[in-house]
Amino acid sequence: MTRAQRREALEGYLCIAPWLIGFVLFVGGPILGSLGVSLTDWSLLAPPDFIGLKNYADLVVDPIFWLSLKVTLIYTAVHVPLSIALGFGLALLLNQNVRFVALWRTVFYLPAVVSGVAVALLWLWVFNPELGLANRFLALFGIEPLGWLLSTRWALPALIIIGLWNVGGGIVIYLAGLQGIPTELFEAAQIDGASALRRFWNVTVPLMTPVLFFQLIVGMIGAFQVFTNPYVLTNGGPANATMVYVLYLYLNGFSFLKMGYAAALGWILFLLALALTILSFWSSSRWVYYEAGERRAR
Amino acid sequence: MSQTAVAAPARTQRQWNLRIWRYVGRTLTYAVILAVGAFVSVPFVWMISASLKDESQIFASPPIWIPVPVYWNNYPEAVRLLPFHIFLRNTVVVTGAAMLGDILSCSLVAYGFARLRFPGRGPLFTCVLATILLPVYAVAIPRFILFRQLGWTNTLLPLTIPAFFGSSAFFIFLFRQFFLTIPFELEDAARIDGANTFTCYSRIILPMSKPVLGAVAIFSFVFHWNDFFFPLIYLNSQENYTLAIGLNMLRVSQGGMRWNYLMAMSVLVMLPCLLLFFFFQRIFIQGVVFTGVKG
Repeated sequence: MTRAQRREALEGYLCIAPWLIGFVLFVGGPILGSLGVSLTDWSLLAPPDFIGLKNYADLVVDPIFWLSLKVTLIYTAVHVPLSIALGFGLALLLNQNVRFVALWRTVFYLPAVVSGVAVALLWLWVFNPELGLANRFLALFGIEPLGWLLSTRWALPALIIIGLWNVGGGIVIYLAGLQGIPTELFEAAQIDGASALRRFWNVTVPLMTPVLFFQLIVGMIGAFQVFTNPYVLTNGGPANATMVYVLYLYLNGFSFLKMGYAAALGWILFLLALALTILSFWSSSRWVYYEAGERRAR
Repeated sequence: MSQTAVAAPARTQRQWNLRIWRYVGRTLTYAVILAVGAFVSVPFVWMISASLKDESQIFASPPIWIPVPVYWNNYPEAVRLLPFHIFLRNTVVVTGAAMLGDILSCSLVAYGFARLRFPGRGPLFTCVLATILLPVYAVAIPRFILFRQLGWTNTLLPLTIPAFFGSSAFFIFLFRQFFLTIPFELEDAARIDGANTFTCYSRIILPMSKPVLGAVAIFSFVFHWNDFFFPLIYLNSQENYTLAIGLNMLRVSQGGMRWNYLMAMSVLVMLPCLLLFFFFQRIFIQGVVFTGVKG
């Protein structure tokens, strides 16, 4: 290394120092710390007791742990494909020379800028069994009112509907992706006699796979961590029908003061997210199409 | 003229069919767009409508959309139910400080990754990317214990200080992607004129990065303004509550009874984000596009 190179490297480390310190303190440290805490029985009120792998052994036979995994998996497995299909479908429609595209885009995007408790309360009101918009809408078709958030059968579907309300962020991204596809490709396919369906399947879809892949990963990780809506709307109920994973983690840590048990849940969440991500990236080489250097050079 | 007249009957049949199909297709397209548009916007209208009603109008069946008379007083009355001025002050402090932290730290870190060469840069940046996908709840418990040891629980510090240490890996990624598009020549020229690294960052790169600065500022605002989980675990006395916690407290205290007050308060809490969106829509949309397509 020359002096100039050494200087540049030093400055580089100085620039990234805030992140590096933050990473060690707030990410890397806690991941390892989490492993340590998960081996203890710790209520915060008394010093921690080392109990080995007992928390994990308890988890294996904890029916609510398995239930929370199931609820979260159902939520993810329904929410993610539906929101990708709806978002992508709407973006395709908006891309058909529809009038007022900018207006629609604004309307669809609106729910994405508000979130948290205010939105949860809005939905608490919409799904109110006696006075809410949802049942009053169903009444127009002569459908009997549903219990929604108070019913073991409809509480999870209600949460999925609320999740779908945020479809707008995806629409904006898909629309931009669609508009970025070079028109020459469609023209060439048309000259070769490809039908509209074939052009969609062999030109549009392959070129959109990187965007779809990105949305799939972000969507899955997000859906796996849904918290505020179940916390505010149902607190996991009725009869644990909406006990999502992170809510169970929260309740163990901060309501039951079982820090060790909650940390074990955290560690399993970490491993699950890791496995999910690795699996997605591994599968991506089979179906995600990246254009060769040509596009980057442009 | 006569030739087209002869060929016309045969063609019109096909043209008619095509036209009908096109017409049906367009009608369906608009029907779907309108339906989803209604799904997205009607709940907002339903909320605002309820916030301006009195008890009897709320219970009315069939539902009243535009209340007569309009109960504007619900808003000042709702605000007085809990010390919302304190919650507002706390939320403004947390959001402002965390935004500042996000912008300063993430842009500087991203500058290092985008512009300076140092051993280990590649693997370290991979760590940044991995952090984006890390579920934050997985480390919530040890982080809570750490801040408790520091004596920071029930203060605003755990909600603001991490932002100054590049805690939003996603923003680092965003800044870096943008910095990579700025030509190196500009910095080289400045260096010949004697500028040092920090001057390049603050005087050349940052002024050229207004779009990404705007996007990060807005995303950061929306995130910290609405954040619920972290205030929920760290704060435990009213004088430190943020609006999100206060709103949840209002729900619990009103027991789902006073919908007009609950909705009025929800509208007020949403308002800054909605206004921000209406005024800076282009930055919002560009930012989202930038993250989703070029990322």
